[in-house]
Amino acid sequence: MTTSTTTTTPKAPAADATRSDAAARSQRLRRFTMAVLGWGVALTIFFPIFWMILTGFKTEADAIADPSLIFSPTLDSYAEVQDRADYVKFAWNSVVVSFGSTLLALLIAVPSAYAMAFLPTKRTKGTLLWMLSTKMLPSVGVLVPIYLLFRDVGLLDTKLGLTIVYTLMNLPIVVWMLYTFFKDLPKDILEAGRMDGAGTLQEVWYLLLPLTLPGIASTGLLSVILSWNEAFWSLNLTTSQAAPLTAYIASFSSPEGLFWAKLSAASTMAIAPILVFGWLTQKQMVRGLTFGAVK
Amino acid sequence: MATLQLDQVVKSFGDTQVIKGIDLDIQDQEFVVFVGPSGCGKSTLLRMIAGLESTTAGDINIDNQRVNELGPAERGLAMVFQSYALYPHMTVEDNMGFSLKLAGVSREDRRTKVMEAARILQLEPLLERKPKALSGGQRQRVAIGRAIVRNPRIFLFDEPLSNLDAALRVQMRIELARLHEELKATMIYVTHDQIEAMTMADKIVVLQGGVVEQVGSPMELYHHPRNRFVAGFIGSPKMNFLNAVAEEGSAQGVTVRLPGGGSVSIPVDGGQVSEGQALDVGVRPEHLRLDDSGPLKAQINVIERLGGQTSLYVEMDDELITLMVDGDVAHRVGDVVQFGFDPSRAHLFSADGQALQSLTRHPLASLTRQDNRAASEAEA
Amino acid sequence: MNKARTSGRTVGGLRTLSLQAPAVTLLLLWMIVPLAMTVWFSFQRYNLLMPDMTGFAGVENYEYLLTDPALWSAMGTTLLLVGWVLVITVVGGTLLAVLFQQDFMGRGVARVLAISPFFVMPTVSALVWKNMMMHPANGVLAWVAESLGLPALDWFSSLPLTSVIIIVAWQWLPFALLILLTAMQSLDDGKVEAARMDGAGPIAVFFYITLPHLKRAISVVIMIEMIFLLTIFAEIFVTTSGGPGLATTNLAYLIYIRALLDFDVGTASAGGVIAIILANIVAIFLVRMVAKNLEQ
Repeated sequence: MTTSTTTTTPKAPAADATRSDAAARSQRLRRFTMAVLGWGVALTIFFPIFWMILTGFKTEADAIADPSLIFSPTLDSYAEVQDRADYVKFAWNSVVVSFGSTLLALLIAVPSAYAMAFLPTKRTKGTLLWMLSTKMLPSVGVLVPIYLLFRDVGLLDTKLGLTIVYTLMNLPIVVWMLYTFFKDLPKDILEAGRMDGAGTLQEVWYLLLPLTLPGIASTGLLSVILSWNEAFWSLNLTTSQAAPLTAYIASFSSPEGLFWAKLSAASTMAIAPILVFGWLTQKQMVRGLTFGAVK
Repeated sequence: MATLQLDQVVKSFGDTQVIKGIDLDIQDQEFVVFVGPSGCGKSTLLRMIAGLESTTAGDINIDNQRVNELGPAERGLAMVFQSYALYPHMTVEDNMGFSLKLAGVSREDRRTKVMEAARILQLEPLLERKPKALSGGQRQRVAIGRAIVRNPRIFLFDEPLSNLDAALRVQMRIELARLHEELKATMIYVTHDQIEAMTMADKIVVLQGGVVEQVGSPMELYHHPRNRFVAGFIGSPKMNFLNAVAEEGSAQGVTVRLPGGGSVSIPVDGGQVSEGQALDVGVRPEHLRLDDSGPLKAQINVIERLGGQTSLYVEMDDELITLMVDGDVAHRVGDVVQFGFDPSRAHLFSADGQALQSLTRHPLASLTRQDNRAASEAEA
Repeated sequence: MNKARTSGRTVGGLRTLSLQAPAVTLLLLWMIVPLAMTVWFSFQRYNLLMPDMTGFAGVENYEYLLTDPALWSAMGTTLLLVGWVLVITVVGGTLLAVLFQQDFMGRGVARVLAISPFFVMPTVSALVWKNMMMHPANGVLAWVAESLGLPALDWFSSLPLTSVIIIVAWQWLPFALLILLTAMQSLDDGKVEAARMDGAGPIAVFFYITLPHLKRAISVVIMIEMIFLLTIFAEIFVTTSGGPGLATTNLAYLIYIRALLDFDVGTASAGGVIAIILANIVAIFLVRMVAKNLEQ
């Protein structure tokens, strides 16, 4: 090809620009479609919760009227629920049982997880797997003996009884999660502690616990979530005194019509803290809920 | 005083014996380096001395006291870990003072001791920082400072320089040597890098497969390796080994026929050597000289010019041989060169890997610690 | 070599044992005692309403149970419930995981909203759906239907099991989404790019790269859901009480009826044993998978 005296223009710059423009545009279109889809799905899924929260701000009349987003909001329902002594009692039951069982589980689990992480023996892995398998036992399978046992020992409808059940129910997951967090700690930090003269308790107090605190916290939160939401033992082992919020809400299952706003307000308050906990501990939940089978 | 003595020390993990009966004697204020390839057991041995691993059999004695049953702190030792193992949630000052805090030392005394160590290592400006705000070199100094504060009888170092970049490594080597002088402490240092061993040690312990291959000063190991393994491990670039056949051997020397036909007489004790016996001749690259009348001939495959020196990789009988020659040598790839060596620089190894005893000792091989230090120090 | 060995102190099996003792003992008791009692009761003639009638029943309870049409109906219901929820959550979860893996504005918030139902307590979920969404007179779905000119559906009368399935699926879809999304994040971008360079379009990438990578996580999700969906209880308790008739009675609810409503301890225990056996079958596979993971 002969070189001409004038510079041959390569492909016109305008055409180049059009091509990259088109690419950028299709990228933007894609982003837009994904956003529409993503938000559409998210809002649809979240809708029932949203609706419930909204209804709590309505008057009772508004609550049973045709569904509408337009109404005059009021805090009366929330106020009324909080004034009800029984709501407060049941909320308190939830708090005591959830946090109590979590605390207990943590206390029992820490030494166990420590032993498995730092003093492993040939049996350690087997023990860990066995512990996890107890969590897979269907509660309904042991409903009868537990119910009868509790009845005979006087633990039915007591916070203590429910706490004991929840502690045992969550223990495998708590041990398991603490074990994984302890193992994540670099071994040589604890060895350096030993070189410095730390005994076991000092190792745990000055080094292990401070450094695994985030993990312990998320384990605790997970346990609280699981206990708070538990809806089998709480429905069957409690009636009037020790019923947590799960049972309280369930007692309204036959509709009597005129108090949806209050019920919504009560339900919103019942689920709000757990929603927040759940949002905070998403990542660790996966670790705990799948027994580490998914990382 | 801080001496260490190992007496037939053995370590097994289950059925596998990792340390197979080691005897060792370490003098006060010695800088001893454990060196060897991966898996040789050097770190395990260090950890056993530290008290982080139990001893399956044998005795570990510090200052003539058996310490097998004692925990690390009770043995009066301090260790600098490869990863530094600083406490991430504590400041530099707290990191260094932790051992004193555990021992119940008062705050003021703790501060004094920490300041002293900080001064030695120039850590004063960093005392309030946390480890994650420090560079690698700084973290390492904190780890050393933590050990110094403990005022141990013996310092243990587990490959402390491997996580540093090359320039920093050279700098820290000199720092550690200086530290050794200033603290006048016994130090045991583990590394896989034989250059670190050669430059820092008073005494080197070469380990392989859980067994001590040789113990000696750097120059002793360089000039008089006791077997093929040590000969090939110490010295960079690695020693060349040529297949040779013994022609004649006596207590005054051994004559061997080299590949390519040439003969050379090497001054080693050949009293046990018989004619026709297969032997390995070991010559270091830096001892091979280009010589038109030399007994060896080969073609140059690769040339590496470093400026002051040049490495020639030549191929002879399917063997790759390395020559280290002066940087001004002008050969090119493909040239055929002839070369030879001073027989007194050569080593002979029998088939079982043992070196035949040299008839003369290299003057530097008997160098001791004192000889290396400043004259004024020796007088003191 | 067991790198985790940190001896040097006189530790041994004894120390490990004593540290583990509380947890192990408690769980051992928790597992063995009730289990043994259930099995024992299942062989007993024990009805709280007829306290005089006691004695060893042999396999009578099992015979009675296995010939009871209620049991088979419950098993069928359980199968439908678990099966449909699995399909909806796994398929939906996978697709949504792909969706939420894409980069779009406010993705983080959208994700948080999408996983929320899993954290709502089951009784609240059930009530919200029953009375605010599916209520034939006041519910949102009814209002939507009427706006479109369609008759409002009385969900729980005409499609009771479907309604329960919807509620349970709504709760567990976020679970699957959360797990699968986490698993997706470990997908190496390099692999996707390499496939793209080879000319693969998004659908091909999904089937040949994404899905195989998710295989493990999907099986974990399926196994865990199977174990927990087997004994769905609260949603049924709050919405239909197992009805109409036995339409929404699954195995768990049937056991509950027999135990706490009919007070027939023997039969309920036999049912419990069956439930335990079923759960164990799945559990074996799950434990094996976790064990494999522990190796790493």
